[in-house]
Amino acid sequence: MLDARIPDGPIAEKWDNHKFSVKLVNPANKRKFDIIVVGTGLAGASAAASLAELGYNVKAFTFHDSPRRAHSIAAQGGINAAKNYRNDGDSVYRLFYDTVKGGDYRSREANVYRLAQVSVDIIDQCAAQGVPFAREYGGLLANRSFGGAQVSRTFYARGQTGQQLLLGAYQALAAQVRAGKVTLYNRSDMLDVVIKDGHACGIVTRDLLTGEVHAHSAHAVVLATGGYGNVYYLSTNAMACNVTAAWRAHRKGALFANPCYTQIHPTCIPVSDEFQSKLTLMSESLRNDGRIWVPRQLDDARSAADIPESERYYYLEEKYPSFGNLVPRDVASRNAKTVVDEGRGVGPLKNGVYLDFAAAIARDGVEAVRERYGNLFDMYERITGEDPYSLPMRIYPATHYTMGGLWVDYNLMTTVPGLYCLGEANFSDHGANRLGASALMQGLADGYFVLPYTIGDHLAPKLGDAPVPTTDPVFAEALAEVDRRTRSWTQVKGTRSVEHYHRELGKIVWEYCGMARNKTGLEKALSEIPALREEFRKNVKVLGSPDGVNQQLEKVNRVDDFMEFAELKVRDALHRAESCGGHFREESQTPEGEALRDDENFSYVAAWEWRGPDADPVLHKEHLNFENVQLTQRSYK
Amino acid sequence: MSSTESTDNGSVEQDRALNLKLRIWRQDGPHAEGSFLDVDADQIPTDASFLEMLDMVNERLIEDDIEPITFPHDCREGICGTCGVMINGQAHGPERATATCQLHMRKFRDGDQIVIEPWRAAAFPVLKDLMVDRRAFDRIIEAGGYISAPTGTPQDANEIPVPKEVADTAMDAAACIGCGACVAACPNSAAQLFTSAKLAHLNVLPQGQPERWRRTEAMVETMEDYFGSCTNHGECHEACPKEISLDFIAFMNRDYIKSKSKNRSLASQ
Repeated sequence: MLDARIPDGPIAEKWDNHKFSVKLVNPANKRKFDIIVVGTGLAGASAAASLAELGYNVKAFTFHDSPRRAHSIAAQGGINAAKNYRNDGDSVYRLFYDTVKGGDYRSREANVYRLAQVSVDIIDQCAAQGVPFAREYGGLLANRSFGGAQVSRTFYARGQTGQQLLLGAYQALAAQVRAGKVTLYNRSDMLDVVIKDGHACGIVTRDLLTGEVHAHSAHAVVLATGGYGNVYYLSTNAMACNVTAAWRAHRKGALFANPCYTQIHPTCIPVSDEFQSKLTLMSESLRNDGRIWVPRQLDDARSAADIPESERYYYLEEKYPSFGNLVPRDVASRNAKTVVDEGRGVGPLKNGVYLDFAAAIARDGVEAVRERYGNLFDMYERITGEDPYSLPMRIYPATHYTMGGLWVDYNLMTTVPGLYCLGEANFSDHGANRLGASALMQGLADGYFVLPYTIGDHLAPKLGDAPVPTTDPVFAEALAEVDRRTRSWTQVKGTRSVEHYHRELGKIVWEYCGMARNKTGLEKALSEIPALREEFRKNVKVLGSPDGVNQQLEKVNRVDDFMEFAELKVRDALHRAESCGGHFREESQTPEGEALRDDENFSYVAAWEWRGPDADPVLHKEHLNFENVQLTQRSYK
Repeated sequence: MSSTESTDNGSVEQDRALNLKLRIWRQDGPHAEGSFLDVDADQIPTDASFLEMLDMVNERLIEDDIEPITFPHDCREGICGTCGVMINGQAHGPERATATCQLHMRKFRDGDQIVIEPWRAAAFPVLKDLMVDRRAFDRIIEAGGYISAPTGTPQDANEIPVPKEVADTAMDAAACIGCGACVAACPNSAAQLFTSAKLAHLNVLPQGQPERWRRTEAMVETMEDYFGSCTNHGECHEACPKEISLDFIAFMNRDYIKSKSKNRSLASQ
């Protein structure tokens, strides 16, 4: 069932060979095809703009008021590319190798190699668009080392790289809107994919201003709808990020791959009170100069300044002398959880660890530190009311990125013909853990440089076929169902808010399927989630009308999908009895407490098939063949 | 930037809570009459953000079977530009260089009355309660706020050197988050700061030169179709969460005048 359609040949030639072998649509014929793109973040906006430039008719959808609001905008650190501008030994092969290794050998080699190849084109493309990347005095592009990489391959625009790359893609999209090649539907929430004869032929959306549902048809549907991190309720994702588009596609036949893989980012600001609904990330670059520690003594009530050097436990530096504070994200996060669980947590709620800049300030001076991290320090002070120049920051891990997503083949097509999935919403490139500065790279690779080539393979044979008309019964049925489902929530008339149930779901998923997982806990979650879902469906309170702006109603559909998705996520985590990357099963660890893979039994992508609300999902396996990379146990000692 | 409420010695703040009196604008739709809702917000933790305070108020309204207040928000990190309300008459509230989502309740005092309204501008019609329609901004970008570089294989990025000060200036301008506070703060509802920020970002860069004059004329004239005129009050800069400089407006004005001759046919210039 799962044919990844990986091209033959040596890894360095696969993409070139494939580009030659895929079918092309003649330039004059491209205008005869309609393509729907859902989501206007980095992947969606870049895809929509590029497809329109080629001549396709594009309909782009976002639930925001403008494409520029997508959460890609919040990425701080940078974007990797194998340019080797620093002459430090980087290459396409090294970026490929680092990404496969960093993903703990759970990604597909061919896709990752292609990602590394096109990374260099992305920088050229974005520079041509006017993205204001950081420059050296000579006018050439600046780079930095990021997230423990041994080469400087990260390009950046101050601490706002995601913002600048998204604005570049948004502007390219705006030019195509102006040119009439893209029709932009804002405040339109995609609530279903429509399938006819096994092929994706359109979507159903709800207008968030009027509440009306609309059908849209096309020759192909592209989902670029982001990750599922908000299943944890608290995450660094924006409030509206959700799994709905991917989940609705899953229910219509698209397999969902590796939903247990979630990246927990180590440097976020700890929770301060129970009403908090959102966590804030502090750039990972802080770990370049900050030293992470906790008091050696348990339940130490002293303030940081009163704890002498000898009683500070620099646990990363002690355990990992060669990488120290720069170990990969999953390792840094897990170790923070360990020390906090031991009772060494700091702050009013004892739920953080210190990230201390005293040594850097003593070494380089306060001005040098301000120059490097001033914006981040200001943000920290604004949120916590504490001055990080005089006090160590407090940090704790938070859900940040999701490596799992809809299963796609080498063409980025899901198991539903004509339905594509890009960016964080697909599963393909990061394996079980994503390296820093690679999310922006993947989103733009998919949108600018992969899909525009591969989609022709699906479209070319359809030349002359009109899209399925929206008067077709498949659309009428989907419209009626979306309308019924949405309206039904206001009829429940329960007693607890949507927010309440989302928070409760998040607690379960974080507790049992967060930074560390075990069989007992996961089984407990598998019994608690359906019970919560049932209570939610019977007792949620949604006020107001379905026929106008109603933010509760927008959210209730999303939380309902998270309730179903959470169960699949836990099921996937339970079945994967090994530890790998961000998925840490307590039963599978080395004597030193590091993640222990089981390559013999788990070297595959777990792709789940929906069999209906009352049936267990069915597992399909795509075995991962490593022909170029040597599998090793990651070691950062 | 610290107020008397925040601790300067770094000791952990005691749990403190505020009791506030809120006056919040409610309006069903663009054509409906609006009015203020008075609501008490008791026991608000000082560590909460302004939007978390509104979350709490909404949870309490729901408990009382009152439809919660619609307010725009998303990233809550001050970067997406979705949020923004008038707080006691100030766009994004009292803290400098801070979007509404990054404003924290420790900046208020127990017993404060807080009046919360949507952006007020003819070009930003109220959609519901505190949410407005800012699509006029997208129209300005569509008019020319881009560099035409179709996806392909342009020259190597390092073949267009950009002097560091030029790149830094472009980045200063490009930091705009498109929230609309500049328009809301302006007595004329002008959008000069927003427009000039994008224009300057692109016009100072070497990559932006080929389309510079066409871009300038198109963006400025589209802006004038929707927004009021600038009379140099500078309120926009004061309200801007990213502290976009007024210099960019001067830059735009110069470029606009030049564009009028540059956009004539070459022979007649």
